[in-house]
Amino acid sequence: MGDIISIIAKRLGLGLITLLVISIIIFFAVELLPGDIAQAVLGQGATEDNLAALRAELGLDRAAPLRYLDWLGSALTGDFGNSLVSKTPVAEAIGTRFGNTLFLATYAAVIAVPAAIFLGVLVALFRNSVFDRVANVVTLTSISSPEFFLGYVLILFLAVKTGLFPAIAKIDDDMTLFDKLNRTFLPALTMVLVVVAHMMRMTRASIINLLASPYVEMARLKGVPAWKVIVKHTLPNAWAPVINVVALNLAYLITGVVLVEVVFVYPGIGQLLVDAVTKRDFPVVQACCLIFAATFILLNLAADVGSILTNPRLRHPK
Amino acid sequence: MSQDKTVLLNIKNLIIEGYSDEKWVGIVHGVDLKLHRGEVMGLIGESGAGKSTIGLAAMGFTKDGCRIGEGSSIEFDGMELTTTPQSDLQSLRGSRIAYVAQSAAASFNPAHKLIDQHTEAPLQYRIQKRLESQEDAMELYEKLRLPNPREIGFRYPHQVSGGQLQRAMTAMAMACRPDLIIFDEPTTALDVTTQIEVLSAIRDIVDQFNTAAIYITHDLAVVAQMADVIKVLLKGNEVEEADTRTMLSNPQDDYTKSLWAVRDFKRDQKPRPTEGSPLISVKNVDASYGDTPVLHDVSFDIYEGMTVAVVGESGSGKSTVARCITGLLPPTKGECLFKGTPLPPDYRDRSKDQLRQAQMIYQMADTALNPKVKISEIIGRPAQFYSGLTGPALKNRVDELLDLIELEPAQYYNRYPPELSGGQKQRIGIARSLAAEPTFIICDEVTSALDQLVAEGILRLLDKLQNELNLSYMFITHDLATVRSIADEVVVMQYGKVVEQGPKDVMFKPPHHAYTDLLLSSVPEMDPDWLTTLLEERGVDDIGEAAKANKRD
Repeated sequence: MGDIISIIAKRLGLGLITLLVISIIIFFAVELLPGDIAQAVLGQGATEDNLAALRAELGLDRAAPLRYLDWLGSALTGDFGNSLVSKTPVAEAIGTRFGNTLFLATYAAVIAVPAAIFLGVLVALFRNSVFDRVANVVTLTSISSPEFFLGYVLILFLAVKTGLFPAIAKIDDDMTLFDKLNRTFLPALTMVLVVVAHMMRMTRASIINLLASPYVEMARLKGVPAWKVIVKHTLPNAWAPVINVVALNLAYLITGVVLVEVVFVYPGIGQLLVDAVTKRDFPVVQACCLIFAATFILLNLAADVGSILTNPRLRHPK
Repeated sequence: MSQDKTVLLNIKNLIIEGYSDEKWVGIVHGVDLKLHRGEVMGLIGESGAGKSTIGLAAMGFTKDGCRIGEGSSIEFDGMELTTTPQSDLQSLRGSRIAYVAQSAAASFNPAHKLIDQHTEAPLQYRIQKRLESQEDAMELYEKLRLPNPREIGFRYPHQVSGGQLQRAMTAMAMACRPDLIIFDEPTTALDVTTQIEVLSAIRDIVDQFNTAAIYITHDLAVVAQMADVIKVLLKGNEVEEADTRTMLSNPQDDYTKSLWAVRDFKRDQKPRPTEGSPLISVKNVDASYGDTPVLHDVSFDIYEGMTVAVVGESGSGKSTVARCITGLLPPTKGECLFKGTPLPPDYRDRSKDQLRQAQMIYQMADTALNPKVKISEIIGRPAQFYSGLTGPALKNRVDELLDLIELEPAQYYNRYPPELSGGQKQRIGIARSLAAEPTFIICDEVTSALDQLVAEGILRLLDKLQNELNLSYMFITHDLATVRSIADEVVVMQYGKVVEQGPKDVMFKPPHHAYTDLLLSSVPEMDPDWLTTLLEERGVDDIGEAAKANKRD
């Protein structure tokens, strides 16, 4: 167990360095965008004086590296600055939005992960049967269609034609949990459809990979029924690759949902990021990107720890 | 041995076919087999003889891609298995017919404790409750002389040694007290000293519960200890069957006689040259993997034209010495000399000529040859690299090498390794090492993955090449029969140390070092009473791991 703690510590350290590098890249990428922040904020009608005044106020007249260092200094103390556009603190702007994104991602994950693994086990059990083929075609179709298309198809059938679920997923804090779940069902379902295929196929592949191993043959020769061979004798040894794919998909649920948020008008972090980029609102862009990067780093770390914990050799040393 | 004479298993005209290249090909061609209650039958033959396939068929089981052919009949205790539905067959397996696999390490599920795997079948068939079944498992562990029988079951497979796992697997097979157990090469993967322990444990327990067994092996000496009746198979056909003593003393068929004769190959022992420095000299070498020390003060010499066998059990450091000599693992202390000159410890610092001089042949020709590369290229690569041959000169050299290893050049030049048999692949491995024109070759267990007849061919070839090219061999092996036939000098290793070394004739004559003695006396002999006599002499507590611990320096 001491090993695992030192691995976690090492990876967290590396993660911080990664975040630093990412913040530099993002800063200068925003710098490279054509156009001018003051112009973007004040619009076409602004006079030269107004623009200069705003630039001075925002500190835009100083050299870019200096501005970056300023930002880094205050970021290290936990202050991510104010939005250039709304002048409100970045943390405030992002806080509720990120909470919403996490809510939607969790909603989708709670459905998608168990469903994908359950389906993966089923298709492994009935491999090469009609059921296997149909499950493959359906999930591959859903992963191959763009999210916005899937989203509109769901809206058409489940909202417009049948009226089962609301088409617009606007939520606020006053709603009950059930209301929220009902409102956000369609975006969650869209995301479930997008991520299930990947995880299911990985579960199937890693189970089938193990079916030729001697201990599986031994289990069969002991008279263990087929479903139990899969669930008890292969699945526990198949976790490592599955966990990694699950982690990647969870990261995608948090960072890749911009289109879904736009389609369903959901107040998540993705929309905020898109708005911030168009307005060159550097502090917001920076903070969003760091959150996304940290999500990837933490989920990958969790996947690695998970793979280690599912390996009996590492869990129970000699 | 008490036996009632009722027939338990009656296989008639067993045909098994495998699907390959889009057609069904026969694997077993009409074999009959009759086994009585409490009887142990030994099935022997080379790989591809269909031993395991027949063993599995006795459980009504075929591997994926195989089927039982028309007209076959497998009658187990009055039940016709070829027409029994799968679900009924499944409930027969584990409860009335059990299976013990070759590699216990691979056949136990790494994710579950031993005892949970043991109790799986009894719980499934509702023969026992969990606690009852665990209690029973511990009793069986004790009967099989496993250490800490009350505790060992709660370990995971990787926490238990190979010999212990094999006994735990036998215990698992016994869990439902089956009428028949199929033992599929249960000791092939074990060291000789561990093998004895497992053999005696299996024999006792099969006796005690009067279980019938089919014992599959390619080792005649082992089957002589275990079986009441021996059946010899060749390429899916029965050669002959007789009770053990008759079979050993009076084999009828030529093939059986040739199997018996395998151990006859023996070449004369060469004395050490009186002058000159040794070709390879290992001097006071210590080595470690990471922080784990593996070798302690290992020293021995190999003279030109001689064969030095390095023997010892797995984990004794034999292969690590080879890694030190070739420079793959730089020693932490000491050095390796070539003709009196120290070799740089790391192979990256050695000159091309130094690298050329020492070549290796590996145990698993399957994994040591790239399956996607033509034979001509496999052999041609070192010839090109070390001797700079190209074009027709290179082709001539490859032809010459193929001639040397007795494979027809025109026929093999353009083929790929997967198209060859195990013995042919090993010959390619030899040709590849010869292509560098070395003076010294390390043979790492080169015959242990091969059948006896094929292995003998390889040994003869290596001997011929040594005489023609004046090669020196370091022969790493755990098989003392191989040592007896080919070595000039013997180095015995245990726990990373050299415990004894000297000329072969001296080493094989008493007095021995205690460990050498243990190794030598643990090699099964053809005498069917060998194991019984040995156990009487030594007692069950002085074999295997216990004995090794006693004999440790």
